[in-house]
Amino acid sequence: MSAENKMECTAKNQAECAAGNQTERAVDMRVNIAGVEWKNPVTTASGTFGSGAEFAEFVDLGRLGAVTTKGVANVPWPGNPTPRVAECYGGMMNAVGLQNPGIDLFCRRDIPFLRQYDTKIIVNVCGRSERDYCEVAERLSGEDVDMLEINISCPNVKEGGIAFGQDPKAAEDITRAVKRYAKQPVIMKLSPNVTSIPEMAKAVEAGGADAVSLINTLTGMKIDIHRRQFVLANKTGGVSGPGIHPIAVRMVYEAAHAVKVPIIGMGGIASAEDAVEMILAGADAVSVGTANFHDPAVTVEIAEGIERYMQAYGFAKVSDMVGIVE
Amino acid sequence: MADRKKETVKVLMKERLAEGIFSMWIETEAAGQARPGQFISMYTNDAAKLLPRPISICETDGERKLRVVYRVTGEGTGTEQFSQMKAGDTFGIIGPLGNGFPLERAAGKRVFLMGGGIGVPPILELAKRMSCKEKQIIVGYRDGQTFLKEEFETNGTLYISTEDGSVGTKGNVMDAVRENGLRADIIFACGPAPMLRAIKAFAKENQIECYISLEERMACGIGACLGCVCQSKEKDSHSNVNNKRVCKDGPVFLSTEVEI
Repeated sequence: MSAENKMECTAKNQAECAAGNQTERAVDMRVNIAGVEWKNPVTTASGTFGSGAEFAEFVDLGRLGAVTTKGVANVPWPGNPTPRVAECYGGMMNAVGLQNPGIDLFCRRDIPFLRQYDTKIIVNVCGRSERDYCEVAERLSGEDVDMLEINISCPNVKEGGIAFGQDPKAAEDITRAVKRYAKQPVIMKLSPNVTSIPEMAKAVEAGGADAVSLINTLTGMKIDIHRRQFVLANKTGGVSGPGIHPIAVRMVYEAAHAVKVPIIGMGGIASAEDAVEMILAGADAVSVGTANFHDPAVTVEIAEGIERYMQAYGFAKVSDMVGIVE
Repeated sequence: MADRKKETVKVLMKERLAEGIFSMWIETEAAGQARPGQFISMYTNDAAKLLPRPISICETDGERKLRVVYRVTGEGTGTEQFSQMKAGDTFGIIGPLGNGFPLERAAGKRVFLMGGGIGVPPILELAKRMSCKEKQIIVGYRDGQTFLKEEFETNGTLYISTEDGSVGTKGNVMDAVRENGLRADIIFACGPAPMLRAIKAFAKENQIECYISLEERMACGIGACLGCVCQSKEKDSHSNVNNKRVCKDGPVFLSTEVEI
């Protein structure tokens, strides 16, 4: 444990601080997600971080376990009309509608950019049909990326997206189809807008998913009472941010008890404490999303905070904490 | 290079300029680099409001002091919280952000600097920095509460329009242009969409180079989330579709490159 990682003793954290600084032992921050080793358990939630270029001005991407990109499709998508974003109490809503430059430009520009950094690359894949998803997975099979995350849970597009993520049979089928083309491990990103998370998690596991990530945003609606119209042009949008965190923790816990594959937990994580909570509930790694808009450097601060927590409580490695609250 | 960060800044002075319009000088590193037309992302100290408020830069001292002039958008809003701050209070910002006005294009030209409503403040720093042949500042207000008027008067020839006719030309900034028979070779404008549409049409009709500063609801403010796009005439090289990011590619655009 290096000196700068020592916990600062304050009245508030005295006990853990003392414990942490006494043990003075190194903690192993590495995690293994479906055979891919990340240097720490923190990645970025798709759609909040672009392909990293804009955030690289604020945070060293080489200090993240992985960068998860904004969803990319086989062809460029223009996305939804504006307004696409709105704030709500303790969070925000978005209906960007998966605007993306298409897989060709993505491979030419974004993958080489991310490869400059010592971090894993997870490409989020979106599509309107099974064929779209498979086309992108096949294209990426020849690219230097580490994992694919299949977005079957976007609430803001009319076709594809969530349509595959709300029916267990459809989710299983699309997982199986994508797995036929993917060379890299496949993470299926689950929607919270379902009756049973365990059922969906089991379905994608049965389809061959190498990991699951959850939760995507919860579908919401906001009305401007002065203009008497919807705030978002799309009428509905995905709710994210600290307000949804307890829902996400519950769903990660449920998923962890339903499947054996690794789980990437996300939903309202804004601090190391939130991240640890998610790990204790059963997440093998965590994604940070909306909190990036509140502080662009928050991902690295969360990774450092998890390390301090482990030192304070004597956890030698991240996997020792995963799902231990039964 | 990860050399930028969210900065904690200190309020130096805050005052009310007009009904719902407030001015705040802050001490910030951003002051030294800011160009006219850029904005800062302002974070409230209320944890329930996690998105920044993008606020245009009104003026700077070029070193450590930066001024924002903003409108309070309603009760319980982030802008209301900023309006209640006092000297010595602190809050977080990121900035300067966005591209700013290409003021070097004005050299040797007759210029319109046009602002309307809460689009008036960024015109001040532009007017202060611009060197050109003829600096015509045309600003539009709702009524006689003509905030920043004195500052404009010392930085160019000022024309005012008011919706209620209490000061200057009755109507909008385009009415002021017509009433005074003004001519320009280049236009810089910031204001509400209907005003910008009228200015864009005027510029097209008279074949005048015209730069407009757009507004859109933002989330990240740095070009990553694609929340605040506008439609572009041609396919944009970054987005690969006909969309440009207001926060990163703008907020200032050549009027002919965007559909508004």
